[in-house]
Amino acid sequence: MTDRYLDELEERSIYILREAYSQIKPLGMLWSIGKDSNTLLWLARKAFYGKVPFPVIQLDTQMELPEVYTFRDQLVKDWELDLKIELCPPEEEMDKTLPPATRAATRKTEGLKNILLKDAYKGLILGIRRDEQSMRAKERVFSPRSLDGGWDFKNQPAEIWDQYKTQSPDGCHIRIHPLLAWTEIDVWRYTHREKIPVVPLYFSRDGQRYRSLGEKNITFPIESNASTIEEIIKELETTKTSERSGRTMDCESEDSFEKLRSGGYM
Amino acid sequence: MARKKTTEKLRIVIVGHVDHGKSTLIGRLLYDTDSLLDGRFEEMEAASKKRGDIMEWSFLLDSFQAERDQAVTIDTTQINFVHEDRDYVIIDAPGHTEFLRNMISGAAQADAALLVVDAEEGVQEQTKRHAYLLSMLGLRQVAVVINKMDKVGYDIKRYETVASETVSFLKSINISPSKIIPISARNGDMIATRGEALEWYDGKPVLDVLGGFDPSRLPLARDMRFPVQDVYRLGEKRVIVGRLESGILRTGDKLLFSPTDEEATVTSIEQWPDTKGTKKIEAKAGESIGITLDKPIFVERGHSASAYTTPPMLSKVFRVHLFWLSKNPLKVGNIYKMRLNTFECPVTIQSIDRHINTSDLSFQDKAGQVGRNEVAEVTLRTADLIALDSYQDNYRTGRVVLYEEGDVCGGGTISMKGYADQRRLRKPKSENITKVDHLLSYERRATREGYGGGIFWLTGLSGSGKSTLAMKVEQALFEKGYQTYVLDGDNVRHGLNVDLGFSPEDRAENIRRVGEVSSLMAHAGLICITAFISPYRSDRNRAREIFPDHFHEISINASLSACEKRDPKGLYKKARKGEISDFTGLSSPYEAPENPELTINTEDNDIETCVTQIVKYIESNVKLATQESNIENFEEKALAN
Repeated sequence: MTDRYLDELEERSIYILREAYSQIKPLGMLWSIGKDSNTLLWLARKAFYGKVPFPVIQLDTQMELPEVYTFRDQLVKDWELDLKIELCPPEEEMDKTLPPATRAATRKTEGLKNILLKDAYKGLILGIRRDEQSMRAKERVFSPRSLDGGWDFKNQPAEIWDQYKTQSPDGCHIRIHPLLAWTEIDVWRYTHREKIPVVPLYFSRDGQRYRSLGEKNITFPIESNASTIEEIIKELETTKTSERSGRTMDCESEDSFEKLRSGGYM
Repeated sequence: MARKKTTEKLRIVIVGHVDHGKSTLIGRLLYDTDSLLDGRFEEMEAASKKRGDIMEWSFLLDSFQAERDQAVTIDTTQINFVHEDRDYVIIDAPGHTEFLRNMISGAAQADAALLVVDAEEGVQEQTKRHAYLLSMLGLRQVAVVINKMDKVGYDIKRYETVASETVSFLKSINISPSKIIPISARNGDMIATRGEALEWYDGKPVLDVLGGFDPSRLPLARDMRFPVQDVYRLGEKRVIVGRLESGILRTGDKLLFSPTDEEATVTSIEQWPDTKGTKKIEAKAGESIGITLDKPIFVERGHSASAYTTPPMLSKVFRVHLFWLSKNPLKVGNIYKMRLNTFECPVTIQSIDRHINTSDLSFQDKAGQVGRNEVAEVTLRTADLIALDSYQDNYRTGRVVLYEEGDVCGGGTISMKGYADQRRLRKPKSENITKVDHLLSYERRATREGYGGGIFWLTGLSGSGKSTLAMKVEQALFEKGYQTYVLDGDNVRHGLNVDLGFSPEDRAENIRRVGEVSSLMAHAGLICITAFISPYRSDRNRAREIFPDHFHEISINASLSACEKRDPKGLYKKARKGEISDFTGLSSPYEAPENPELTINTEDNDIETCVTQIVKYIESNVKLATQESNIENFEEKALAN
């Protein structure tokens, strides 16, 4: 892919970020500390000339791998981020009827509901992409969420010519997805070009690496010898495995991810 | 799936009537290009079996549970694949009428379209509606696939019938499909390879046709437009950010901001991270940039910068070819929030000029409302002047969307045909002008004469009776002892306005000059009666603004059919024959006064009655209050005589 295509993706994402910042207040960004949301932070620094002008929220289950926390603290310092950590409620409080991995993932949904109640965000910026999962492929760039955080995917507003839905009733909020049109390989190519820092867990150690980062109890590394970004890109050019195959919560039943997202998951 | 370095990404929307096989075609494209992830094919097989169906390719895409169970696509979805070194994004758009907003959301992002038509059913309502919307959205790269050829025994005759039916409709809406390909998506004929069942077809399969389409180019060669998205303070600097929608912007360019008419020069194009020495001096259409200016002029979100010499038009009124998505009908007089790039303001529906049935292209003029998923040509009005480009001049800035309760409820493309640019009419050309005050006031003149000067502005269609009434009123007033004079349309064009034609700009200038002259006459103490069609509200309002306290708008009212029947100058006949273009009421709009001071119905009343009504109105408005009783005596005497 040429630089020109990456430029186009970048321009579009910057436009979306500036549109969100101009139209929706208060605004926050969810930061999972993975490669996608790091790219998003970098784009925000470009859009606003160096400083991210809104708080960056981590929904913390305290179950991330230790490298993730180290990386987080370093980047907060280097990029002067206004980090807000929201501790997610414990798994015991989740719906017992859910399959185990889905139940663990629901902790983040609940953490998100709590911070929305507390800080009344009208807009949340997220780093999800259409190519990750077929449910996410149907998302809008500006996607309204109801009072309980739910996504009414059967009744989404029209979105044409970069004119977005920016207003939402009291208690509701808008999710903003500046990376929706990006693919996994786009993110890596851009990360490489812009020299954006990433958690070292993405790189192969002893024949294994993480392709997607999640909580340690529900995410597993893949077999891989890719130990640099170039090698990761090369690997992705030929892979036929889904990016989220190491995320057990997606696969427990045919519609488990759909149910998670309808309930407000990222 | 050997992925090499690719150069460009093509976004294709797949549209067509419900159940004509859009999702199946996509499933097949993914399978044939080996783009399915491990396990997806098996997943689909299992899901198909569970519901007791035969292989349902569409399950690959219809990922919502509800969609799988009903086997319809609810929302637009996007999916990537690679074929022969090129990346593709497929946008699947739902075929059901009730999901039209999703179809439009998908199609508005595409570079090219595949229109799917069922070989058995042929062209259906949604086939036509989708094709019409593709045309409205400006998609010109379209290929047609005649699907389910297996169900008609791969019959060439059936193919030819459906193909010619499709092409003749597309032609009528200015789409010429590059290819019409017979396929069977379910069996994989003529998708990636030709297959064997369609030997008689000598064209290329679908994937090869897609390879021939180009990604949309940004309008680099168009006039520069830079709509302001936001203004950031960075230390001492004020950075104006936004996306360049068309053209090229360079440091040192002199910009004109609309609608404020402020000008300033670009001093820098800001960059982050700091590039250490190499300054950016040029930005192209599509770039999200930030600039600084040499002057601290007032700039905010919604203002639009252009090159100084090629600005957009300014107007309060314009036409839109519009699709409507809300369940609440669009009606004349309704007010909506409108967005045009980053600009936002309330807009009133002034008229619905034409209601179009997209399934047979029949239309109805002067409709009362536009229902959900319907298309119309409407005239919109704003309170203040706004910057406007016609869609045909600039597809990035020549389109608007309307909002209802925060949701996009409609959108369309702008036409400025027939409307004048209001920009050049606003300021004196020279700056070395100082006004001198008169020693005699309007009031002193009025006191001596017993009445004040005034402007009585007759407006109405050609043939409504303006000139006839104006001349009779002039005579009647003169005989009653008033100083009065008529400015008549055709007369003025023989002298003062001999240099003006009938273009929108010349019409505006014609009215501007008459406004100025009538105001001078009124100041001088004359009762000035003007008889001009003066079709645009903005022009009449500008005339009023010159001398607002003594301006009276008189609507001379007769229906278009009555005026056409009278046709005293034979103009309607000529216009109907096409000998006169831009004829008011026929090919050019007439904006009736909203709140005229007086309305005269010349259709139901004879000339004498109308003259009496106007004279009475004028007298009651020009006479000074202290003379009130005299007027009545005067009138009584006149009546007695």
